[in-house]
Amino acid sequence: MPAAQIAAESASGGGRTVLDSSAIARIVDRIAHEIIERAGDDHLPALTLLGIPTRGGPLAHRLGRRIAVFTEREHDSIPVGTVDITLYRDDLRSHGVRPLSPTFIPDGGIEGRHVVLVDDVLYSGRTVRAALDALREVGRPGVVQLAVLVDRGHRELPIRADYVGKNLPTSASEQVRVRLTEIDGVDDVLVLPGGNPPGWAPAAARPAEQR
Amino acid sequence: MRRHLLSAADLDLADATLILDTAEQIDSALAGREIKKLPTLRGRTVVNLFFEDSTRTRISFELAAKRLSADVINFAAKGSSVSKGESLKDTALTLEAMGADAIVCRHSASGAPHRLAVWVQGSVINAGDGTHEHPTQALLDAYTIRRRLGRLDGVRVSIVGDVLHSRVARSNVLLLDTLGAQVTLVAPPTLLPVGVQAWPAEVSYDLDSVLVKADVVMMLRVQQERMNASFFPSTREYSRRYGLDARRMAALSEDAIVMHPGPMNRGMEIAAEVADSVRSTIVEQVSNGLSVRMAVLYLLLGGAGSSEGAVA
Repeated sequence: MPAAQIAAESASGGGRTVLDSSAIARIVDRIAHEIIERAGDDHLPALTLLGIPTRGGPLAHRLGRRIAVFTEREHDSIPVGTVDITLYRDDLRSHGVRPLSPTFIPDGGIEGRHVVLVDDVLYSGRTVRAALDALREVGRPGVVQLAVLVDRGHRELPIRADYVGKNLPTSASEQVRVRLTEIDGVDDVLVLPGGNPPGWAPAAARPAEQR
Repeated sequence: MRRHLLSAADLDLADATLILDTAEQIDSALAGREIKKLPTLRGRTVVNLFFEDSTRTRISFELAAKRLSADVINFAAKGSSVSKGESLKDTALTLEAMGADAIVCRHSASGAPHRLAVWVQGSVINAGDGTHEHPTQALLDAYTIRRRLGRLDGVRVSIVGDVLHSRVARSNVLLLDTLGAQVTLVAPPTLLPVGVQAWPAEVSYDLDSVLVKADVVMMLRVQQERMNASFFPSTREYSRRYGLDARRMAALSEDAIVMHPGPMNRGMEIAAEVADSVRSTIVEQVSNGLSVRMAVLYLLLGGAGSSEGAVA
């Protein structure tokens, strides 16, 4: 994909590409297999994937489709939704309000389900904490697990991911930018110099969301 | 977003769209939930400062603030120190000294919230001032139209009735124009304000000719409490010429909707069978008002405390 590569390099502003589209596709396939394996035959029928907007949404849908393929189910048979966490953030007061993203809970809800939260970057852990708060209000899942494309460290809360695409040791002065075809027109993960403090991870990961 | 919401004219297309989108996302976040509560405004205090009677607006603001976990204080002029002669300014400063982050104000004097906004540090939300403006009502009407018809741009809206005394009409004209709708005001000449030609709306005196082209018919309440002169010969004649009855409803196009900001005078500006028909969005408007007011409170207060205030 030369065109995509050119776009990536011109937009990266001196950043380096750590994952390209084929690497991301392999990671999605691997995590899909891991989810199937860990859930087992007992829990697989109760599986629900919930993406955290913005880029957790498309990732959750990709995982859902691959799990359906690997388990020989129908195309859209794995329930996939999104859960927006903006209204649950603990830093609204210090960082100002931000536009919300849609929340969509699949039919049947999450009561007693085997829920896997999906996000692009795991950083301070505050987004995941907010997502757990949001889930608690929606219902009581049987199990909640976490899948992320990139774990860049610098945790500020006792939170870990169950499925990690790539461990990416970074310094807090760097920025990790995930781009997905559904939103950005290209699949890649870049590390850029000049980042944000750890408590503000999602802003670094989602510059497009700032209007 | 600004710090206050005083007039629908303060909102540009981006602001208005942001509020409507936020309301929609809040709706989706709460859909099908047993616990309809969000922690977003925990620790904030919202004061409902109502100098005029209200059912739906006050309850709607109270519920909206409570669903966002804010603390709510209801202040009614009756039974307060206002009856001992305390002024609006002193009342507001007292409330602010007690730590109010937002003041939702309804007042019978046009412009009272504007004065309030100069005196206090927190946000001021206009919940209806005299015959001037009622911006959150306009926002919830726009939200209702967008949900029912799927768009606002190019929608033909007829606002019918007592335009002269209606803050709802004024705010709606300003907001709907910003959002790209085409507004036609229909009223007897005596119930149109001076200078209505300068409003971004067309004016007609003939309801029947307007109805056939309308996508939305918004009926206004005949505000008898503000009728200090004889604006029309009799209620019966008004009802015949400007009331929406079943016969007129039948002339509407297939998808057209009927709105009313409430409270209704059934049998006067709107017939009971019209108010209860499937075209009527009157009950929907009330529940949409809750989502829109939550969106307004979130956008005005969610980020408050930072130096830059609310960022849009």
